[in-house]
Amino acid sequence: MAQIQFIQAGVEIPIFNASSRSLKTRLMQVATGGRLSADQSGHVVMRALQDLNFTLSDGDRVGLVGHNGAGKSTLLRVLSGVYHPTHGSVVSEGYVASLIDVSLGIDHEATGRENIFLRGALLGLTKKEVSAKLNEIIEFSELGDFIDMPMRTYSSGMHLRLAFSVSTVIRPEILLMDEWLSVGDEGFKHKAEERLTELIQATKILVIASHSRDLIMKTCNRVLWLEHGNIKMDGAPDAVCQAYFG
Amino acid sequence: MNEILSSFKKLSLISTLGLHDIRGRYRRSAIGPFWLTISMGVMIATIGVVFGQIFRSPMDEYLPFLAAGIILWAFFTGTINEGCTGFIEAEGMIKQLPIPLFVHILRVLWRNLLILAHNILILPLVLLVMGKGIGLEALLAVPGLFLVAVCLSWIALLCALLCARYRDLAQIVVSVLQVAFYLTPIIWMPSLLPDRMGATFLQFNPFYHLLELIRAPLLGAVPSLTSWLVILVIAIVGWGFTLLVFSRLRHRVAYWL
Repeated sequence: MAQIQFIQAGVEIPIFNASSRSLKTRLMQVATGGRLSADQSGHVVMRALQDLNFTLSDGDRVGLVGHNGAGKSTLLRVLSGVYHPTHGSVVSEGYVASLIDVSLGIDHEATGRENIFLRGALLGLTKKEVSAKLNEIIEFSELGDFIDMPMRTYSSGMHLRLAFSVSTVIRPEILLMDEWLSVGDEGFKHKAEERLTELIQATKILVIASHSRDLIMKTCNRVLWLEHGNIKMDGAPDAVCQAYFG
Repeated sequence: MNEILSSFKKLSLISTLGLHDIRGRYRRSAIGPFWLTISMGVMIATIGVVFGQIFRSPMDEYLPFLAAGIILWAFFTGTINEGCTGFIEAEGMIKQLPIPLFVHILRVLWRNLLILAHNILILPLVLLVMGKGIGLEALLAVPGLFLVAVCLSWIALLCALLCARYRDLAQIVVSVLQVAFYLTPIIWMPSLLPDRMGATFLQFNPFYHLLELIRAPLLGAVPSLTSWLVILVIAIVGWGFTLLVFSRLRHRVAYWL
């Protein structure tokens, strides 16, 4: 069973300018009784999320909508466990994985094969597990002999194909996405679509941030509308999309 | 505490990343990481000849001492300096994946242990050339290295944590280590110290004890009980303090990057 519970959760991100980040200013501040830097070191914080209360449980397919800067990405980061809420609490049960940046950790100088291991390790797989899935991954990516070439020789489409192939071998309970992943040429796109749909069906909770009405209507059964770090609306796709997209 | 322990469950990730760091650095070079060994060997030979003359030390004693000292020092400073940027360089990962933070420190430690493994090859060579053997005492270097690694890992973790917040700290650490290099008997032998004062002064240098724990056994001596005790205490107290700071600040790191 997977569950995520937000209780009065909020996130404040401190903004450091170059000066308040340095130790010198800190020391100077002590020496001058804090007067000198009173105006600049007043720790600017950005309230990215405020007092969120909601619970996600098995079977939820949640779409996140909202304008740029509404807090969608921050919320995804809190969900993934990267950001710990500065206020309130978040209780999360279940193995979380994200398909937000499928290229994370990929080294252009290394070969495709090495990158499969690297990427696999970052996804939490052991060397053995990656080895067991190696052939499946290579086959799916359709890279053929290119798999032993350095990644810098790849076209961007090939690069994404490999990243996608590795990143989708996992079967998380909670899956986070930022827009739909669309990879490769026509033939591959179709295959990738299938793989992704299958992955989503296997997960217990899906959270996807999107600006696309079609996507939300197609994949989600619940939509959260964020505005200025608050939930403006939480409900069925029909109702929220009607209100948000107009 | 849990976070530290759960890091050890990620050993596969750590070894992959650490190995990858080394591979990446020497990709497309014919002899790869053995450049490390060669450049270290050249440095030891140069310093050995020059300072051996200046200090008028007998070469068969001075050169192995210097070689062991410089190799280990490179390991200490490598771990601590790279520890300072441990979180900063892993920003992409920290902001995307909820990997235990200590993983990034273990990666630095592992990378530097691999470098040490390449460099240490010089020592038997030097001993051979100087016609010296290696005794059974050398086995004591293993527990010594372990304890030193425990010690270095808290230093690196603390540095990584504080440097993520205060970026100039890394520069300060570099300078401090530079000074420590000259204060620690690496290119000069403790026997050169004029009197008891100097020897007493030496006992207050933690780097001296860190070094002795591994260097002494490699050169056929048993490290003093004082060295063992000092490093043991530093390891325990240091970890206690670091855990305290770490448990309070670890959730902030992602926001600082």
